[in-house]
Amino acid sequence: MDSGLSPQDKKDLDKFIKFFALKTVQVIVQARLGEKICTRSSSSPTGSDWFNLAIKDIPEVTHEAKKALAGQLPGIGRSMCVEISLKTSEGDSMELETWCLEMNEKCDKDIKVSYTVYNRLSVLLKSLLAITRVTPAYKLSRKQGHDYVILYRIYFGEVQLSGLGEGFQTVRVGVVGTPVGTITLSCAYRINLAFMSNRQFERSAPIMGIIVDHFVDPPCSSQRANMGHPCNYRAPDEEDGYAGVQDSQEVCTTSFSTSPPSQCVCTLSPSPSKLSKPLPLDSLPLPLAPGLVTHTLYASRLSYHHPAQAGAAELCHPAANQGLHAGKEHGGVVLVPQPPHGADAHLTVEHAANTPGSSGGDDGLTHSGERRRDEGRSVSPSDPVESLNAFTRKIGAFVNKSNTPITAASLDLPFAAFAPRGLDSEENDPMVQPPDSPPCPSPLQASLHSQGSDGSGQQDDFVMVDFRPAFSKDDLLPMDLGTFYREFQNPPQLASLSLHISSQSMADDLDSLPEKLAVYEKNIDEFDAFVDMLQ
Amino acid sequence: MNCRSEVLEVTVEARQVEEAMLALLHTILLHRSSGKFHYKKEGTYSIGTVGTLDIDCDFIDFTFVRVSSEELDRGIRRAVSEFKDALSISGSDGMGQISLEFYQKKKSRWPFSDECIPWEVWSIKVNVVNLANEQERQICREKVGEKLGEKVINVVEVINRHEYLPKMPTQSEVDNVFDTSLKDVQPYLYKITYQITDTLGTSVSTTMRRLIKDTLAL
Repeated sequence: MDSGLSPQDKKDLDKFIKFFALKTVQVIVQARLGEKICTRSSSSPTGSDWFNLAIKDIPEVTHEAKKALAGQLPGIGRSMCVEISLKTSEGDSMELETWCLEMNEKCDKDIKVSYTVYNRLSVLLKSLLAITRVTPAYKLSRKQGHDYVILYRIYFGEVQLSGLGEGFQTVRVGVVGTPVGTITLSCAYRINLAFMSNRQFERSAPIMGIIVDHFVDPPCSSQRANMGHPCNYRAPDEEDGYAGVQDSQEVCTTSFSTSPPSQCVCTLSPSPSKLSKPLPLDSLPLPLAPGLVTHTLYASRLSYHHPAQAGAAELCHPAANQGLHAGKEHGGVVLVPQPPHGADAHLTVEHAANTPGSSGGDDGLTHSGERRRDEGRSVSPSDPVESLNAFTRKIGAFVNKSNTPITAASLDLPFAAFAPRGLDSEENDPMVQPPDSPPCPSPLQASLHSQGSDGSGQQDDFVMVDFRPAFSKDDLLPMDLGTFYREFQNPPQLASLSLHISSQSMADDLDSLPEKLAVYEKNIDEFDAFVDMLQ
Repeated sequence: MNCRSEVLEVTVEARQVEEAMLALLHTILLHRSSGKFHYKKEGTYSIGTVGTLDIDCDFIDFTFVRVSSEELDRGIRRAVSEFKDALSISGSDGMGQISLEFYQKKKSRWPFSDECIPWEVWSIKVNVVNLANEQERQICREKVGEKLGEKVINVVEVINRHEYLPKMPTQSEVDNVFDTSLKDVQPYLYKITYQITDTLGTSVSTTMRRLIKDTLAL
């Protein structure tokens, strides 16, 4: 590949690609900080402005990017990806977009490295500036603050788009051909943000029923050692104990289920082999088992401080859950706060009838219920209290209640015996119907139970009741409407309209006509006087 | 040489015309502006730095990026506000088109004046609509924001095809390719023109002006 390229050109090209990658990350992260960016033009070159663009370098971001690259360059099969996700103050998170810097084999041997490639990379960066303001995540990031923050994660290796939900869209920012390959910059972004926008700032309906960590002891010190450190807003320096960042196979994505909007159950499904350790959890930080790679998420909003929390979550990324990956299905794996405890935490991936549940299969629970019902469970035989609390079953809004409720027996649950008893009667399940949430999780259910009509005692038992419409009493006529109607339904005919009488009178009229005329002629003067009076 | 021509079409409310035009024109100019050239001996040159600025629109749910240069912004705003005034004079449901043309100058011998040869023309067609109530306006805000986003993606797509660009000029030729009158950035030579179509759409109305950025007429 490099045969036609002089050593100096090769060196330059590598440098360009490296700095291009770093600047790309800067642009993306800065675009998601939630503030407007402003840099000044300078007519005299300073020498440090790569690609002739004034892009500030946030040191932490550069540090992260360099760490992710670990001395390598984006190349064929080795892509650099920046993942942008959203995390609410309750601890739920959702991947919003993934920006990918890739290289393919198509080479452009004739292109001049030091000049054309450089300028085209500069144009590509400008395009990136423009496009980062156009994707849906931009608006979300501008509004971040108390309710949610935007986090970024940089990884190197294979691109993972499974966390973006179904129907994600891709926009290509641009391509630049080089003698060693063609650099492509693109963005895949989630489009079904409807879930978020409906309940973005809702406080009335709790997101997950009871927050599980209320009943949990703080993690003990031995578990601490295995915990990933919380999402850090400053330059992280505790990352040392963890496996190499390049191992992207052990990454799992988290996202919301994209079923009915009221749901937001999140479950983590680590691969079976990695379940040796629990996943203790405070309200936010999600600790990791050893062997699981941590890719710490860093708040892109560097000055943001959430006072109530020790730090934001760190998502753990168990081994590849290829069987779960969203693709066409609803967002693959989802995250739930789980109580820290000593037992194994077996987490399930919910829904998707055709999800093989392979990765979670051995230790986890397979759920083969209908699509709209999502169920996240954590079962730990040694700790039934936890399982009780951790069990969150959500029924989607507008789910057709005519389906038989799923009982524990009908589910293929290995630990069904430990399932909470209140499974069958949904009305009593406080998690399904939290007392004060205005929208009933299943509005159809409400209508089935109540009678609805308040009218005149209409029951469905076919009892004949006299129809008494409101205001039917009439003071004038001492009879009711029915009687009145019946009485006057057939009135007698008018006399003049009856046939035989009319024919008779016709003949009489004709006969009496001449007499009447004679009388009128006699009184003609009177008639004339009358007419004159009228005029 | 063939001139590349791209057409973008938007439908906006009257009060959104200005911001929509600014958004698109600035996006194009961002890609077609470079830092100031500083020629050194031996025919080499160094290029200055271009800064960028995020601009939020007031009447559209949209944010665009423009070059951080007040002079350039002033020039574009002047052209856009003339276009906007012409549109509003023509009637409430007007249609118009504003064109951004990048050209190269070719010096001719006396007595002929210099030729302007366009190499890229961007035409933005504008349909102005009138909305009845506030709810429709709110929806329009968001819709136009999305549409502008799509147009920005279109612009970026065209530009990233890396088709013809004028060759980088020598010091003596730089004014034939670039607009060197600005202090902080150096866009390619460009001019903005516009046309208004009246509401009948059948005839082009009288207003046809040329806004020439450089004082190049003579």
